[in-house]
Amino acid sequence: MKKLLALLLCLATALVFAGCINGGTNGDSDAWDYTTEPKHEPTGVTLNVYNWGEYIDDEVLDVNAAFTYLTGIEVNYKTFENNEAMYAILSSGAAEYDVVCPSDYMMGKMISEGMMKKLNFDNIPNYRYIGEEYKNLPYDPNNEYSVPYTWGTVGIFYNSNYVSEEDVHQNWDILWNEKYKGKILMFDNPRDAFMIALQKLGYSINTTNENEWNEAYELLAKQKPLLNQYVNDGVYDMMTGEEAWIAPYYAGDANIMIYGDAGNEAIKFYIPEDGTNFFVDAWGVLKDSKHPDEAEAYINFLCRTEVAKANAEYIGYSTPHVEARKVLDPAVGENPYFYPPENVMKNTDMYLQLDDATNKIQSDLWLKLRQ
Amino acid sequence: MKTLSKVYNGLIFAFLYAPIVVLIVFSFNSTSSRVKWSGFSLRWYEKLFGNAEILDCLKVTLEIALLSALIATVIGVLSALGIFAMNGKLRKAFLAVNNIPMVNPEIVTGISLMLLFVFVYRSVGLLQPGFTTLLIAHITFNIPYVILQVMPKLRQLDPRLYEAALDLGCPPTRAFCKVVLPEIVPGVLTGALMAFTMSLDDFVISYFNSGSSAQTLSVLIYNMTKKPITPEINALSTLMFGSIMVLLLVINIRQIKDMGQKANRS
Repeated sequence: MKKLLALLLCLATALVFAGCINGGTNGDSDAWDYTTEPKHEPTGVTLNVYNWGEYIDDEVLDVNAAFTYLTGIEVNYKTFENNEAMYAILSSGAAEYDVVCPSDYMMGKMISEGMMKKLNFDNIPNYRYIGEEYKNLPYDPNNEYSVPYTWGTVGIFYNSNYVSEEDVHQNWDILWNEKYKGKILMFDNPRDAFMIALQKLGYSINTTNENEWNEAYELLAKQKPLLNQYVNDGVYDMMTGEEAWIAPYYAGDANIMIYGDAGNEAIKFYIPEDGTNFFVDAWGVLKDSKHPDEAEAYINFLCRTEVAKANAEYIGYSTPHVEARKVLDPAVGENPYFYPPENVMKNTDMYLQLDDATNKIQSDLWLKLRQ
Repeated sequence: MKTLSKVYNGLIFAFLYAPIVVLIVFSFNSTSSRVKWSGFSLRWYEKLFGNAEILDCLKVTLEIALLSALIATVIGVLSALGIFAMNGKLRKAFLAVNNIPMVNPEIVTGISLMLLFVFVYRSVGLLQPGFTTLLIAHITFNIPYVILQVMPKLRQLDPRLYEAALDLGCPPTRAFCKVVLPEIVPGVLTGALMAFTMSLDDFVISYFNSGSSAQTLSVLIYNMTKKPITPEINALSTLMFGSIMVLLLVINIRQIKDMGQKANRS
């Protein structure tokens, strides 16, 4: 019994200890101190926000707490893992949200299915800070429903200790280079994998032509024996640990893979000039929202320069917010990995929602490839 | 031969516990790397206790686990008594029905419950998807486990004891509490404990039934997996593993002590 007591005591002290050290730190002199502004009385409204996991700053600047402090609106913040899961939950009515942050093609689908509400941009004056090149994109051509939050491209991460620059700077060809057999990783999701094959073949990444999909499949099948493996988030460990040298992935993840606390400085990033995917994640208000004004206030708040900067730093993806980009550390804000030059950007394409038939072709070919 | 069996045992234990050891070790790593050890630090524990999102989900998870285990135990024990009092054929039929939810794929249970809740909410406006629906869902899949744990204890029970209590003038409720309950308590406790862990474990059913107001820990962790999972989760898992270890130790020590006392008495 005494031993047990001692054990419990140890555990309790550990907990107290952990609690104490938490109180001590939290100092980032650079962070915006919202408490200098007047605190708003509680309004009694709770806004339901549905966002990607790990996709808002809650460390340096607690964005949701700041919003509640300044507007008196409570935030019930929940996360999803991918567009399709989010869509399944929302379209089945299994949960009710006010504000949601889908990716471009999913936003387009939700708009076309009447799930989104037209925004009242009078409530979102900070929308003026969003760069013109991120407005009126194909998923929302007249920009009536959405406000861009983050964006990025897909490119190739490579370890410069083992892979020569000349070999990499050949569009997507490095991913088929026999010289690096066993050291190449590939996306373990059909859309991004087929995007690369279609780009390499010079076809549209949204093609509905079955022959073009078949050709892309042949190309991926040819690549398979050269691969170390297909990966998702395993890419971070395999690349930083140098188990693999070459991997296509999202530009924003340079933040983790290269500059992160467990990053590897030898890793470099290259965006194929002939074309890649350009994606935008954007906020919108759901049609069934009971608090559209508050929802727009939330979106407007996310477009405050201080908030957009904090989020850009936390998430690591590129920001469409012109003013926030100016106040970012130039090592980030002027970094061509995150903000590629015009000649690269002009060849990028956005995903569109594939029709059912094309979706079936894609998933059948993918299953065949991954067997 | 003895050494061989020792080696075999060692291998099994290594296989079972290696993942947990790795998880615990890396919760003390000073960087977020999951492969490279870069020094001892408590920073992930510190971050964990400052992360309102994780703590909020932990609270929901524990509340749901405790409440659903409690309610499922009460319903489960009452059902077990009812089923036990039935005649052979009916009892068999009910036990078969009881087994269906356990062999039913979780995804089917999850989606069918979700559809039911959405239907009820849309047509009568009751049961908005959220904490309540999540709780109901967990109680639903917990009940069969409790029944399954209590039934064997009822079978072992000598029915004449209860009848004797009644013969001696004890009212039925009191007879149940004084005579039946103490005999089946081990089964009830195991059932409750199982219900608690099943609820803690569940991902699929929670995923579809948590609405917009109640996210459980397993769903939160799943939603983090697009980025590398932060070692805060290692820290949290370590603390949970530690707590469960302590809980198990307490239970075991109590049992040993009980047995010792009984042995002394006799």
